[in-house]
Amino acid sequence: MYKIVKKEILAPNTIYLKAEAPEIAQKAKPGQFVILRVDEVGERFPLSLAGWDEDGGTLEILFLIMGRSTMKLSALEEGDCIMDIVGPLGRPTEIVSYGNILSVCSTFGIGPTLPLVKALKEKGNKVVSVMEARDKTCLFWEDRLKVVSDATHIVLGDGSRGKHRRVSEFITEYLKSGNKVDRVFAFGRIFMMIECSRATKPFGIKTIVALTPIMVDGTGMCGCCRVSVGGETKFTCVDGPEFDGHLVDWELLIKRKRAYLREEALAFDLWQPYNLRQLAELSGLSKRASIV
Amino acid sequence: MKMSEKPKLNLNRVPIPKQEPATRRSNFNEVALGYNDEQALEEASRCIDCKKAGCKGGCPVNIDIPEFIKAIRAGNMPEAVRILKSKNSLPGICGRVCPQETQCEMTCNLAKKGGPIAIGRLERYVADWERDHPEIAEQQKERISFNGQKVAVVGSGPAGLTCAFDLAKLGYKVVIFEALHIAGGVLVYGIPEFRLPKAIVQGEVDYVQSLGVELKLNYVIGKIATVDELLENGFSAVFLSPGAGAPMFLNVPGENLSGIYSANEFLTRTNLMKAYRFPEYDTPIQVGKRVAVFGAGNVAMDASRCALRLGAEEVYIIYRRSKAEMPARLEERENAEEEGVIFKLLTNPSRFIDDERGRVKAVELYEMALGEPDESGRPRPIRKPGSDFIMEIDTAIPALGTRPNPIIPSTTKGLELTKWGTILTDEASGQTSRKKIWCGGDMATGAATVISAMGAARRAATDIDKYLRGSTE
Repeated sequence: MYKIVKKEILAPNTIYLKAEAPEIAQKAKPGQFVILRVDEVGERFPLSLAGWDEDGGTLEILFLIMGRSTMKLSALEEGDCIMDIVGPLGRPTEIVSYGNILSVCSTFGIGPTLPLVKALKEKGNKVVSVMEARDKTCLFWEDRLKVVSDATHIVLGDGSRGKHRRVSEFITEYLKSGNKVDRVFAFGRIFMMIECSRATKPFGIKTIVALTPIMVDGTGMCGCCRVSVGGETKFTCVDGPEFDGHLVDWELLIKRKRAYLREEALAFDLWQPYNLRQLAELSGLSKRASIV
Repeated sequence: MKMSEKPKLNLNRVPIPKQEPATRRSNFNEVALGYNDEQALEEASRCIDCKKAGCKGGCPVNIDIPEFIKAIRAGNMPEAVRILKSKNSLPGICGRVCPQETQCEMTCNLAKKGGPIAIGRLERYVADWERDHPEIAEQQKERISFNGQKVAVVGSGPAGLTCAFDLAKLGYKVVIFEALHIAGGVLVYGIPEFRLPKAIVQGEVDYVQSLGVELKLNYVIGKIATVDELLENGFSAVFLSPGAGAPMFLNVPGENLSGIYSANEFLTRTNLMKAYRFPEYDTPIQVGKRVAVFGAGNVAMDASRCALRLGAEEVYIIYRRSKAEMPARLEERENAEEEGVIFKLLTNPSRFIDDERGRVKAVELYEMALGEPDESGRPRPIRKPGSDFIMEIDTAIPALGTRPNPIIPSTTKGLELTKWGTILTDEASGQTSRKKIWCGGDMATGAATVISAMGAARRAATDIDKYLRGSTE
């Protein structure tokens, strides 16, 4: 059991949790993820690590409420426990001296981005960060990004800040105006990662994306997370999660991510918050999500 | 002794009661129901207690088979339990999933006459009797004194549990590191509930823990700690039994479409994550009406029988060779056939066809003919020209075996591998190319049986003990 020591609601449907997992915290590196299982009947699902504290023995995660599992996770409060956390999984990001880096993230992608940017800076890279959000209600941690980056740009989908509405527009203009970029990292929403990859391709700048397919075991045993990169089948959990965005078969990834839409809708519907509360009352349990 | 007094050989094996095929194909309850007391006694009475007991030599863990059968016959069940458990920590599991027909029952002297003793069923009977009489285990519990040395076991499948059991009995402090959230390895994620109830596995895991073995779940060795870190942090030896690893696919176009599961994924969702109880359990699985399973080993049988129970109307086993070459146990094949699995032999896939929304809709197949024997000694299947045809399916499950998982080899320096990527291991001792590291199970041999993994683990435990005693003396 892994105790939650801090919880924050950062933006609509966006939750931040800090949980005790001292041994994982000792080993975690930028780019890695954990697999969680919220309760006895829960499914196994991956989340990127948004931070870790070796001395405090804690992990941080940041997620959007998307379905039943993330809904259950969001229903846990400080002092409650997550049943299982396995990690750190996946290959860490290759942190070397690249030179000039453009780091792009969409809202929840700022989780894995912050430790990445910090590590890249420590290696002497110059990092310019771009963060996209739908509008200012969905924007958070801008200050944290500013602290670790050499420069920070915000792109809001409603056009309420700056002149761009999409990261791709920003990137294209940034590169056209002669800014030198040696490597791009894009973490977050899948369509944002596609956009970034398309925008950087004409300039021939290698763009690293972190893929988030459906996973089960997370250790290379089942092949559920297979993706096609440069025509080759790869397992995201052991070969990734980071790949060259110019080589990823995005259409396949999207289709595989959507394979269980019907089941997800059914499961989510059965676990809407009021159902959760009602079940809790009926079975005489606390608000803990461990209701069978 | 006069000829007339010689007891007549009884060659009629007592059949094991089973759920009817029509009933069992729609539930996940155990298929074979086990002997009752009368049936067990009758079967045990057929044993002629021969001087040169062939059965013993056929058992990879050397169970004293004639003695435990004798105890059943004498009605001394606690003694039968004691004999069995002195050599086998997992009798409830072995009695159910061991391929006895190629081991102890093959070397039983009555096998030549066509009616070997049903040793596996009797083993299961004794194990189940013990489960119903927990006080016996308590009485028989040996007093173990801790000898001050710690051994790490990586993986809690059949090999890991056996090695832990043996070493714990010798006084070592054993810690098992398991990557998943439940102990048991392939016994929980792979073998289905209807063949091996998970409560039985849990019972055997509890027993191993009752010997003082510590179990650490959610520990991926190679990630949270490396093998070398275990050795640096107080463990005198490490036994590696991480299991089979990465699933193999067919390498034909369209294989990444949704609705195509590796057998590992299909079985893990079903057994470990209990997808057959979705939405009560959160993990979903999609089966549809027509399912094609590729391959004909035990895993393929398990997957096809799970698919039936998940509601599929037609389940096909598609295999490129003929029935004679099928690697599955005869019993599993018969069970599958009885339940209505359809065998499409001498058939091979060439590609999967999309429904244009990313899901598999059909598979293109072609027929094979058998030619000259290949390097495996089996007739080589040859493609029949012009035999291509299309079969509509909702789900495809390649069950083609596994490749070794690279996590441990890639994080442990100096560990020599074979050309197949398994860890190079001395067969007699389980010793790897590195001191203080042993290996057993599928990671050493490639995919094999539960009992052969247990046999390898036992040999490794003996060698670890020998090494550690030598190093302290």
